[in-house]
Formats: sequence, C-alpha cells, structure tokens
Amino acid sequence: MYRYDAIDAALLADRATEFRGQVARRLSGELSEDHFKPLRLMNGLYLQLHAYMLRVAIPYGVLSADQLRRLAFIARRFDKGFGHFTTRTNIQFNWIKLADAPDILDSLAEVGLHAIQTSGNCIRNTTADPYAGATAEEIDDPRVWSEAIRQWSTFHPEFTYLPRKFKIAVTGAAKDRTAAKVHDIGLKLRRSRDGELGFEVMVGGGMGRTPYLGQTIREHLPARHLLSYLTAILRTYNRLGRRDNSYKARIKILVASLGAEAFGRAVEAEWAELDQASIDLPDLELARIRADFNDVAFQDLAPVSVALNAAKAADPSLARFVRNNVAAHKVAGYGIVNISLKAPGDVPGDCTADQMDAIADLADAYGAGEIRVTHAQNLVLPHVKLDDVAALHAGLKEIGLATANIDLASDIIACPGLDFCALANARAIPIAQAIAARFADPATAESVGELKIKISGCINACGHHHVGHIGILGVDKKGEEYYQLTLGGSGAEDASLGDVLGPALSADRVAPSVDQLVDVYLRERSPGERFLDTYRRVGLNPFKAAVYAEAV
Amino acid sequence: MPKLFKIEDDQVVARDDPFQTLADDEAPSAGSGAVILSFARFQREGEAWLSQGVRVGVRLEPDQPVEGLAYDLPRLALVALAFPKFRDGRAYSAASLLRERYKFAGEVRAVGDVLRDQALLMLRCGFDAFEPADGATVDDWSKALHRFRHVYQAAADRRQPAFAERAAASGIGAPA
Repeated sequence: MYRYDAIDAALLADRATEFRGQVARRLSGELSEDHFKPLRLMNGLYLQLHAYMLRVAIPYGVLSADQLRRLAFIARRFDKGFGHFTTRTNIQFNWIKLADAPDILDSLAEVGLHAIQTSGNCIRNTTADPYAGATAEEIDDPRVWSEAIRQWSTFHPEFTYLPRKFKIAVTGAAKDRTAAKVHDIGLKLRRSRDGELGFEVMVGGGMGRTPYLGQTIREHLPARHLLSYLTAILRTYNRLGRRDNSYKARIKILVASLGAEAFGRAVEAEWAELDQASIDLPDLELARIRADFNDVAFQDLAPVSVALNAAKAADPSLARFVRNNVAAHKVAGYGIVNISLKAPGDVPGDCTADQMDAIADLADAYGAGEIRVTHAQNLVLPHVKLDDVAALHAGLKEIGLATANIDLASDIIACPGLDFCALANARAIPIAQAIAARFADPATAESVGELKIKISGCINACGHHHVGHIGILGVDKKGEEYYQLTLGGSGAEDASLGDVLGPALSADRVAPSVDQLVDVYLRERSPGERFLDTYRRVGLNPFKAAVYAEAV
Repeated sequence: MPKLFKIEDDQVVARDDPFQTLADDEAPSAGSGAVILSFARFQREGEAWLSQGVRVGVRLEPDQPVEGLAYDLPRLALVALAFPKFRDGRAYSAASLLRERYKFAGEVRAVGDVLRDQALLMLRCGFDAFEPADGATVDDWSKALHRFRHVYQAAADRRQPAFAERAAASGIGAPA
C-alpha cells in the first residue's frame, strides 16, 4: 500500500499543529463556536447528541494492520471501546472530548492517519473498489488514482470552501462496488479502442432529499489528465453552484438545472484554458505511487486448495463462509475474504477495539497486513491464500466475525440514526437489528440470495436508502418514528433509484413488511433472479398489495 | 480605517491603505489619488476616473464574474474580492483566474469576512493584500501563512508542489 514519505508526514504533522492551535483558541474563548464550527468540521469533529464525534479518514478504504491497531488504541483510550465504520469507508468515534481531539490527531498522524476533510464543504475521502489490486476484473488499480486525488485535493486552496461537500468514487472494474453513480463525480477506468487508459467521467450523482444518478460528461478522459479535468469540474461548480440554500448546493442540482450537456461544455471550456501540465501529475510521480501499491509478494500456488476443500467438506459453516464471503482473486491460489460487521443483533458497522486488534493480527498472519473498508460497512482482507482460509475463518469465529452474509438480507447498511445523530428523524439501528433477526438463520438468508437492504434515519440518506433493493427511510410523523419503504434501487453498475412502495409504516411494521416483500419475491422469482431482478420484471404492484393488503 | 496587511518580499507587513473605498453614492475626499469602486460604479465612471490619473481599483462581489473586468484589468491598480461570509469560497476561484488566466499583476485584496484560518488558501490563490476581520496581528498572519512546509498541488502562488519536490530530490525528470 502507499507509504507516506517525509513530505506526506510533514503535512500531517503541520495540520495537527494547526488544529491544536484552533482548539486552544476555542477553549480559551478567543474563537466563537460560530467561527470554530467550520474549522472543526474541516477536521471531522461534529457536535452530536451526546458528545463530540470524530470521523477519521481511511483513504480510499485502505488500512494497514498497524493503522487498525492504532484505531483500536484510540477506541480504548478516548472512546468507549469501539468504533463505527461508515458508508464513506471512514471510521467514527462517538464519544470524544474536545480537549482530547488534538492528542488523538497526533497519535493518528504517527501512523499516517488523520481526520482531514472528513467533513465540511470540501473534497472528501475518495471511495475506491475494496477489491482493488486483488480482483482479476479490473482494468487498472483505482488506488493509484485515488492516491493522486488524495494529494491533489488535500488543502486545495481553491476548493476548500465549496458550496457543499464533494465526493469522488473510482472504480477499475465493470462490477461497481463503489456506488460511483451516486457520487458527485464517478470515475470508471476504461481503455479506448486503441488501448489508451482513461476514465469515463460521470457527474451530478447523489442521494439526500433530491437523489440523482450521475451522468456521463466525457466518455474517455485520458488518465494522465485526471487532475486537470477534476480542477475544471470543481472550478465550474465552485463558481456556479448555488450558495443560497444548502439543500440545493450540491453539484447534482447544478448539473440538473443546466443539463449535463451544458455543464459538460462549461467544464470542457474551462479545461481547455487551464495550464494542464502544471496540474497533472508527471509520469514519474504516478510511477512512484504505483510502485507502492505493487508490494504484495504473491507465491506460485495451485489454483485449487486441497486443504480448503477438505476443511469445507468437514465443516458446513466454513463451506457457507466460502460461498458467501470469499471472492475470486486475480492470482491463482488466493482469495478475497470479506469480514461481515453485520452479525445479527449487532450494530451494522460497529467494531470493538478487541476485534480491531484481532483483525489486525489475522491480517498480518494471513492477509499481507492489509485491510480494506467497504461502503457496505464491512471489511475485506484482499490477499488471502486459499490454504489459509480455514484458519482465518476459525480466527474470525473466535471474535464473532465469521458471519457468512455478504450481500444477503442481514448484511444491512444503516446510518447511526437517532441513537447518535443530531440530524436524524428516526432510529435506524433497531430497525436493522429487527430485520437481521428474521434472517439470522443462515440457510434462510442464503435461500433468499442477494438482497441489499439500506436504512437511513433521515432524508440526508447516509444509509443509502435510495439505492437499496429495499430502502428504508426514517421520517418524523407528528413526533413519531415512521418509515418510508422504497423498492428497486441499486448503487452498483446497474444503478437506479428506488420507487416509493406506499404510505410510511410504523416502526413495528417494518420488519414484518420486509418479510412480506421477500415472500412475494420467493413466489414470483424465475430461476437465477435476484430480488432486484424480479422487482424490475414484475413491478411494484404485487409487493404493494402484500404489504398494504390489510389497509385495502 | 480597516487594517491592511500586504505581502512584500514574502513578508507580511501592515500598511496604511492608500485607497479610499467609495460607496456608490459617496464623493471622494479631496485629493484622493486612489479609489476602490463597485463594479457598477466602475462601469459608469471608470473612464472618467482613469482619465484624471487616479489609481482605480474595483471591488467584485462573489456573484460578479472576473470575466466582466477582462478588458479593463491592465488599467486597474487593484481588484478587491469580497468574502461576505468566510464560507463563501467563490473569491478563491476569482483570484486564481485573475492571476493564472488574465495574468493580472496588480494588487488582489481580500475584503469582508477575512480570517487567519483562510490566509494560506488566499495567498495560494493569488491574494497579496488582506483586510483581516479577526483582530489578527502581523505575527498571527505570518504564522498562518508559513504553517505548512509543503503543498500538494500547483496554484497561483507558483509554490513548488510535493510532486515537483520529489522529482527534484530524485534528480530525474526535474521540472522545466
């Protein structure tokens, strides 16, 4: 993975020093909360319902074992012994004291971690494919370009006070595990007919109260021009994006109001005038970054692991784990192992300090010391020998993290909701737990197959409900928590926004309604169809009829 | 008179403001040799002021594009870019365009809600004069400008970005 050099380290240290000064000015009263707020937000520090919440960046979702151990240390020393992995592939600590924040950032900086631009109206952490560098499907390694974006966007002088926050996703594979089409900019690596590496550039996707899918403004941008083209997009947005109403300030609103074609023309005109050579990374720098990511010494192994097959035959739970949580690796004899943070009954995305330490040890023992965080709030060990999968599975079992439910009904995305968040209308976590409980029997969940359920506690859509196969949105109805269901959304390569099922439901009706929806699917499905496929074929009516039968 | 900090020979210095900022209905003081006008007033009266040999600056609000001044820039001594709130970041793009695209060599001044926490961003986008609104001293301002030993990206200040530093250190592919 990318290793910070002296320059990267100095930038982090300087930022930590600056923030320490800003906190001191706030604590002494020199800075008003009004002036301090955007400064602390720019460093990921939110004032939540109960305490300060610190959001730590995990750049494009890549962590070393040592970094994960440091997060465990922070959780233990400064929080209540756990952290929460988010849909932005970051980690949040929910119980932070303002006075501790500078020490936490110093500690993080020692291992190359930080909270820079994890909030505020700036360019946020880039989302990349968690299978990067491991999947055979990829055209190029998205981490190289994500690191280029990290450097370019960090303290960018022109783009630190944008109209609103800004999120970029990079995918190198046809199967999109980044939700690229619901990012402000989605970048898809591709090759042109003559073999030149480039990006399809999609802009204006987003969720929140007005969801849009990104639209392509350039079919093929030569990869070496990525940063100058991003500069042109950001400058166009910074100048023209609305600033009178924060709900209309995202780039999706600008793109929708101008039209993607006109917006694209404005970007191209700006790009043509830019001094591209001064902005784009020279080949030498790209090669330096790329070399850091080619650091795993793969061994020459047989494509089939006899040991694993024998272990699977002896242990059905291992066989299930391999079926659901292990994906194909580009190197023979290796696998990509997903670690679900969605054990039924647990809080989606939560991880205790002890679990973090144990995962770090397992990553060192079996996974080249590297961990990825996914936007579905799970973890990935990207490079595991198939021969080691049984031992890894046993290790995960010991810490309660061997749940074999990746992309199944109990692998639910949920925001922190009203249990923690100051913006939420309704709780998300108990709803997720109630649904997961119904699919706790692994055989049941597996028989239903891929079903992505996503829950947001408010219209800001941190739980990605718009793109859930089943989306659940918490709303406030005269002081009571109600839930609006949507069907047919997808954040993957077949992206779509969900359709509203009907009137919002009370909290106790949500999990039973999900059961009813699944029953309709099981009744209607054709062989090989996922829930999403069946929904797209048969439409809303049979599902609606099942859930609202009593009311009719 | 508001405090004015300028960058001279890479140093922050406090200066008396030679410019008089005129409201649209305000008459200049006697003998005023340098004025800052709103864009609207400049469009009406700019020609007259310039022909009298007065040094003229124009203040742009964030919704007034710098393109509107393109033909007049060579005659202007100063462009003041307004930050009605410090969160309004449009002036960073305006300053970058003035320096990079229009090669404007006069003073680019930050006015309005101008705080030390944004000083480095402003400098990097091409501002070289500031009217601080937060009571910052020359020393505070100077510290803010020098806090970061490195920068990652090219900007209007022409400071060497990290990738160029690395290339120079490696001795190959050094920037032209």
